[in-house]
Amino acid sequence: MKTKSLKRRSSASNGRSAKLWQLRLYVAGQTPKSLTAFSNLKKICENHLKGRYRIEVIDLLEQPHLSKGDQILAIPTLVRKLPQPMRKIIGDLSDTVRVLVGLDLRPAV
Amino acid sequence: MKNNGHTSPVALLPKCRTGIQGLDEITGGGLPRGRPTLVCGGAGCGKTLLAVEFLVRGAVEFDEPGVLFAFEETDAELKANVASLGFDLAGLVRRKKLVLDHVYIERSEITETGEYDLEGLFVRLNHAIDSIGAKRVVLDTLEALFAGLPNEAILRSELRRLFRWLKDKGVTAIITAERGREQLTRHGLEEYVSDCVILLDHRVFEQIATRHLRVIKYRGALHGTNEFPFHIGEDGISVLPITSLGLNHKVSNERIPTGIPRLDAMLTGRGFFRGSSILLTGTAGTGKTSVGAVFAEAAARRGERVLFFSFEESPNQIIRNMRSIGLRLEPLVSGGLLRFHSARPTLYGLEMHLATMFKEIATFQPAIVIVDPITSLLVAGTDSETKGMMTRLIDFLKAGQITSLFTSLTHGGHALEQSEIAMSSLMDAWLLLQDFEGNGERNRVLYVLKARGMAHSNQIREFLISNRGIDLVDAYIGPSGVLTGAARVAQTAREKAEALAGQQEASRRHRELKRKRTALEQQIAGLRSDYETAEVELRRIDEQAGARTRVLTDERTELARLRQADAQVAAGARANSKSKRKR
Repeated sequence: MKTKSLKRRSSASNGRSAKLWQLRLYVAGQTPKSLTAFSNLKKICENHLKGRYRIEVIDLLEQPHLSKGDQILAIPTLVRKLPQPMRKIIGDLSDTVRVLVGLDLRPAV
Repeated sequence: MKNNGHTSPVALLPKCRTGIQGLDEITGGGLPRGRPTLVCGGAGCGKTLLAVEFLVRGAVEFDEPGVLFAFEETDAELKANVASLGFDLAGLVRRKKLVLDHVYIERSEITETGEYDLEGLFVRLNHAIDSIGAKRVVLDTLEALFAGLPNEAILRSELRRLFRWLKDKGVTAIITAERGREQLTRHGLEEYVSDCVILLDHRVFEQIATRHLRVIKYRGALHGTNEFPFHIGEDGISVLPITSLGLNHKVSNERIPTGIPRLDAMLTGRGFFRGSSILLTGTAGTGKTSVGAVFAEAAARRGERVLFFSFEESPNQIIRNMRSIGLRLEPLVSGGLLRFHSARPTLYGLEMHLATMFKEIATFQPAIVIVDPITSLLVAGTDSETKGMMTRLIDFLKAGQITSLFTSLTHGGHALEQSEIAMSSLMDAWLLLQDFEGNGERNRVLYVLKARGMAHSNQIREFLISNRGIDLVDAYIGPSGVLTGAARVAQTAREKAEALAGQQEASRRHRELKRKRTALEQQIAGLRSDYETAEVELRRIDEQAGARTRVLTDERTELARLRQADAQVAAGARANSKSKRKR
């Protein structure tokens, strides 16, 4: 019973992950770190998630109230909203391998 | 131009009142305004509570809204935790006086890839502060960041920036931190916060736990450097002592009667000074509680509020027992003029007792406080602690011009003066109740050992407790020493008998004298009558003698006439012729 439902859920999440990745990048103004992070993210997505990702950039200087929802402290922070579970990656995403591991696009070595 | 030579006063460090009882006194007015203060201490010593109370009091009492960033507890947990202290966080949040934000960091959810900073936290804090115009900020416990974020180098530089930022923002902040092993905080936060550091501590001594607070550092301000006990009560933290730094209480010349007229008489007839502290010492069963109750009753009947701290008997027991000496305390209790507060001395530590007493006094606002007995309270602490506590209690009472009566149990056989050495110097008046043993009975006597600022009787009085109350009677002081009780009564009776006998003797002698006098008077009367008889006799003799002389003279004249008739006739004839011619 238990294993069955687990299986079903994981297959469902795989199915969804195949569909669409929803990513959210939190920045605070157009700082060099933010710009680097955004370009790194774009690159990784194009390479690994082409056509099935959506990036939403949130500038906390403009929408400070949004920092609470995803518990943002560090800037920049990348949040993987979908597929579940939520993942957070902080930093300018310059270490591609760690980003891939963090996004579950590649198993940790 | 007006210049009267005054130099402008040195600008004092502006302070931000915490509203926490006692803390503002210790820090000379509160925390440094617009600067961060570090509060550190071990687990469970009240850091969060102190910080929350700072915010709540700020919002409620000083109209300074606050922001609480909690790194360890969720909003709901916080609200529940402090609700027991009567802090309504939810209400404050609704009224836009407070922002609660639970900052949650879970290291396992976070992957670190390259450069980052904590701008997100700054933005968040800034937004929270600006949304309600907050003046106060609490970060509890910032050190959680060390556990949540892997890169300590970034974290440290960001913390430095954070404290700088808080100062620039002009908010008064409290940052809490766990106590470290070798340094004040586990992660050395004290190096960033240099303005004010407060250390909290929770120690157990002889099974009684006491919390202590110490201001380690307060840049640019005088502060008490001692370790001050504090306690967490029903309405938050109170730091003790409320030490009066100088002896500058107001004093009253008003006198208040003790309820025992003869005792008043011993104190120049008017009783004790209002606001004085009175010590009543005595061995077991000498009537200390009774004196206290009489004092309380008299004051309550005058319409003054009396607070009676009892550490040995329950209120009902006291009320019942006092009925036996004719005191009706129930109506005074139900009338709200007399309040009892009973607690076992071992229930909690000295500080807690003191804090409870302070609180009771502050809420009830009594004119008179009775502590019965102070000694059982004092066993709960060490010598220095108890002396400190007494000083603080008396200071507190005197500051409020509250008259206090402390009963103190002394052990038989001890030198009385010695056992009270710690307390007596603090007291304005000292009554001593003593047992007097002899002739197979114990009797109570009372002395006034001292009464500052008034003449008082130096005499011993016998102290009688009857169903009509307390009375003092003169003890018998005579050649055979001081006599009390039955011996005094016997002695008085003996004296009365002796006096009666003396009286009878006197009247007997009086009568005798009277009789003697009568006898003498009679004698005198006899003599006088004798004398009178003699006098009559003498007069009679005289008359007889006179008569005899006259008769003799007559006879002689007749004789002479007869013998010399011729001469006589001739002479007579001459005389007759002369008279005829004239005619």
